[in-house]
Amino acid sequence: MEFPDRKWTMIVDLDKCTGCGACVVACHAENNVSIFTPEEIVRGRAMHWIHIERYWGAVYPKTQAHFLPLLCQQCFRAPCEPVCPVYATLHSERENLNLQVYNRCVGTRYCQNNDPYKVRFFNFFDPVFDQPLNEQLNPDVTVRSAGVMEKCTFCVQRIRRAEETAQVEGRALRDGEVTPACVQTCPPSALIFGDLNDPNSQVSKLATSQRKFKLLDHLGTEPQVIYLKGGDSHV
Amino acid sequence: MSEQRMDRPLWRRPMPKDVDLAHQVEHERRSHLLLDPRYPLDMDKNVLDPMYRTGIQFWIAFVILGGVVALYLGTWLYQMLWGLGITGLNRPVMWALYIVNFVYFIGIGHAGTFISAALRVLKIEWRRPISRAAETLTVFALIAAAMFPIVHLGRSWKFYWLLPIPNQRQIWPSFHSPLLWDMTAIFTYLSCSILFAYIGLLPDLAMARDHTGGWRHRMYDILALGWRGTEREWVNHETALNVFSYAIIPVMFSVHTIVSWDFAMAIQPGWHHTVFGPYFVIGALFSGVAAVILVMIIARKGMHLEYFLRAEHFDGMAKFLLILSFSWAYFYFNDYLVPWYGQEPVEKILQQLFSQGILAPLWFLMLFSNIVLPWAALWSKKIRTSIPALFFISVFVQIGMYIERYLIIPGSLGRNELPFSWGLYIPHLPESLITVGAFCLVGFLYIVFSRIFPLIPVWEVYEGQVMRGLRRIGRALVPTRIEPD
Repeated sequence: MEFPDRKWTMIVDLDKCTGCGACVVACHAENNVSIFTPEEIVRGRAMHWIHIERYWGAVYPKTQAHFLPLLCQQCFRAPCEPVCPVYATLHSERENLNLQVYNRCVGTRYCQNNDPYKVRFFNFFDPVFDQPLNEQLNPDVTVRSAGVMEKCTFCVQRIRRAEETAQVEGRALRDGEVTPACVQTCPPSALIFGDLNDPNSQVSKLATSQRKFKLLDHLGTEPQVIYLKGGDSHV
Repeated sequence: MSEQRMDRPLWRRPMPKDVDLAHQVEHERRSHLLLDPRYPLDMDKNVLDPMYRTGIQFWIAFVILGGVVALYLGTWLYQMLWGLGITGLNRPVMWALYIVNFVYFIGIGHAGTFISAALRVLKIEWRRPISRAAETLTVFALIAAAMFPIVHLGRSWKFYWLLPIPNQRQIWPSFHSPLLWDMTAIFTYLSCSILFAYIGLLPDLAMARDHTGGWRHRMYDILALGWRGTEREWVNHETALNVFSYAIIPVMFSVHTIVSWDFAMAIQPGWHHTVFGPYFVIGALFSGVAAVILVMIIARKGMHLEYFLRAEHFDGMAKFLLILSFSWAYFYFNDYLVPWYGQEPVEKILQQLFSQGILAPLWFLMLFSNIVLPWAALWSKKIRTSIPALFFISVFVQIGMYIERYLIIPGSLGRNELPFSWGLYIPHLPESLITVGAFCLVGFLYIVFSRIFPLIPVWEVYEGQVMRGLRRIGRALVPTRIEPD
C-alpha cells in the first residue's frame, strides 16, 4: 500500500500562546527527553525539543514579554542535513520531515553549528531519569545515549501510528488525527498540526493568514513551522 | 675531531694575498653556510654525534613530555567513558578548543612544506639546512591535528563510520559534508608530506647507515632502501623531489582552504565569509613559519647545530614572517571590514563582542601579537638575527594565531540570530589538558625523531656548498653559484 506524500506543518499562533510551558513538559514525557539539574541548565546543557523563548519587549513598569515557542523547524532546505558526514540527519522526501537517526550519529555536532535556530541538542552525558520518571519512558521512542544529537521529530512515532491505523481501517488519514504531544497538550490551542498538502486541513487554511511569517525566513531554509504574528502579552 | 679537520678543505682555500680581501673572504665564510664548506665526513659527524647523546636533559624532556601525552590519552579515555559533558562545551558552542587545536596544528603543518617545497622550486639557497626540520614539523603537527576530529567526536570509537570503507552496514559517508572533504584533504597532505620527507631523508639514511653499527645500522639499512649514491640514483632522486615539490604546493593550498570551508560553508554568523579560504592559508603559513623558527632555535640549542643554522637563516625566515604578517593583516582587515560595512545586526554584535565585549582582551592581544609586534620589530636586521628576540616574537605569533582561531570558533558560535540561545564558552580542565597534551605530543615525537634521524639534510647542504663559490671581479669578491639545469 502506498502512503501519500505529506507536507507536515505546524502552525504556532503567537496571539494565543501564553508561555505556560505545557508543551515543553508534554514533549519531555512523550519523547524521553532527559531532565537536567539547574546547574547543568545554567551551563547551557538543557534539552527541550520545544522550548519557549521569552524576550522582554520593554522595561519596567511597562514590561512586555514576547513568547516564542521554538522547535525544530523541519526545514525544507535544512542547513543541518548536508553537513552531516554519516547521514545521521537526512530528509524524508515523502513526508518532508527532517529525520534524525540516533544510532548512526557519531557526534560531530556540525549540524548544531549550522542550525540557525539552535534547536538541536547534544547528549553530553548518558540520560538520567530519576524515580519515578524511569517508570514512564515511552516505549516507542529510543532513549539516546551520550554522544549523539537529538531534536524534535514532529512526534514521528505518532504520525506512524496514525497512518498505520488508517491503513488498517482502509481509509485516508483524517485531518487532526495526528497530534504531536505539544499540540495535544497546548491549553489555548496555540499549536495546530496537519498536512499542508491537504487543501482542506486546518493548517492549510491558517497558512493563508495575513499574520503568517516564518522564522529567519531570509536565510532561505524554508521552514515547515509557520508562525502567526501575535499582539504583545503584558506581564 | 681536531681543529684542523674542522677547517675548510684544502681545495677550497683560495686565501688571497691581499689583506682586505682576506678579511672579506673571512666575513663571507662566517655569514654564509654554503661558503663555509667542511669535509663531508666532519659534517656527517656534526649531525650524527648529537643523535647518540641522550643525556639527562633529553631524559627529563622525554619523561615530562611523555607523561603529559599519557595524561592526554587518559583524559580522552575518561571523556569517552563519561561523555563530552566533562568539557566546557554547551549548547550554542558545540565546537571549541578541540577544533581550535585542529585548525592550529594543521596551520603549523603548513609551513614545513612551504619552506621546503616552495623554496626548493624557487631555488632559494638558504633553505637547505632548514628543510628537514620543517618537513618533520609538518608531519608531527599533522598527526597531532588529525587526532582532534576524533577526540572531539561524541562517540570517538565510531570514528571509522566517517571513512569510506565498504562495510556490512552498507552505509557510505556523505560527501556533501565539508568534514569529509576535510578528511580527504588532510590524509592526502599527510601522506604526501611523509613521502616528501622520506625521499629527502634517503641519502642521509644511507649516510647514517654507513657510520653506525648495531640496531641503528640494521634500521637505517632497511630504511635507506639500498641507496648507494650512484649517479642514476641521484638523478632519480632529484626528479622525484622536483615532482613532489611542484605537486605538493597546490595540495598545501587546498588543505587549509578546505579546513576553512568547515566554517565558511556554514551559515553561522562570523563563519559565513567567502574570504576564509585564502585568509586561512595565510594564517596557517604565518603561524607555521613562526613555529619553524621556534623549532630551529630549539634544535640549534639542543643539538648543537650552530654550524648549520646561522644568522642568515633566521634572517630569511624572519623576513618571511614579516611578509606573512603583512598579508595576514590585509586578510584580517578584509574579513573585518566587509561585515562591518554590511552592518548586519548579528555580525555587528559579534564585532562588538570582540572589540568591546568579554572577548576584547583576547582580541587586542591577537592584534598586538600578529600585527603590532612583528611590524614594529622585524624591520630591524639586528632583531631578525637575534635569536632571543625571534624566539619571543615567534611565541607571540603562536599565541596570536591561537587566539585568532579561538575567536573564530567558540567566539563566533556564542552569538547567533536568536539571542535566546547565546552563550559563552569557558575552557574546562579536560580539554585544557588535552590541548597541552597535543603540544607535548608534537614535542615528544620531535625529540624522539631527533635522536633517530638526522635533523639536518647533510647531502643538501653539501650539494649547496659544492655549487657555491667566491669569485673575484675587480677588487670585489662576489658569491657565485653553479646552476645545474
